[in-house]
Amino acid sequence: MPTSDELQQRIKAAFPGSLVTVEDLTGGGDHFRAEVVSDRFDGLSRIQQHKLVYDVFGAEVGGPIHALSIKTSTPGGTP
Amino acid sequence: MTNTEIREFIGNAIEENRVMLFMKGSPEQPACGFSARTAACLNALGVRYAALDILPDQRIREELSGLSGWPTIPQLFVEGELVGGADIVTEMYESGELASLLGAEQPEQAAEVAAQSEAPVSKGPVPLENRLD
Repeated sequence: MPTSDELQQRIKAAFPGSLVTVEDLTGGGDHFRAEVVSDRFDGLSRIQQHKLVYDVFGAEVGGPIHALSIKTSTPGGTP
Repeated sequence: MTNTEIREFIGNAIEENRVMLFMKGSPEQPACGFSARTAACLNALGVRYAALDILPDQRIREELSGLSGWPTIPQLFVEGELVGGADIVTEMYESGELASLLGAEQPEQAAEVAAQSEAPVSKGPVPLENRLD
């Protein structure tokens, strides 16, 4: 079962220099909320930003990770 | 129905309906909090939209995600383009972007309406409901 720490580390590894917080919404290890602040999102649409985060987990989202709620922003602020 | 037919059906639904929501359950009876929240945003704006329940056949979800490149449900399309899932739609609703995208009027106290988990009764028609049964 994935933990919020594990998810946080994997997102951080995929977005070097980012600020990442992950919360386990239900405590059950399947509904998470991730907040990611990274300059990689610069100039991208919200869809593209969220897709980058989903890409870290591939088919696990919808599988073991039933739900991953995402909030993305750049260090300069929300686009 | 073959997978190809399902994919074609989904493609047509996205093309033919200006506002197309793929969700779990229906706007009247959403089967998931995220779907409920997304439908509630559209309901609060009073826009007409088509909704399709992806639950009756697992392949609907597989083909939809294959088509859109988006892994989760719900998925909202406007004029053929993927707008987002529950998080993006809620953010856009609260900021007023969704209202302007849909040409609707932003209600007062928008943030509070979106926070409700239960969807009010849909104001729009739901022509595609369960047509894949």
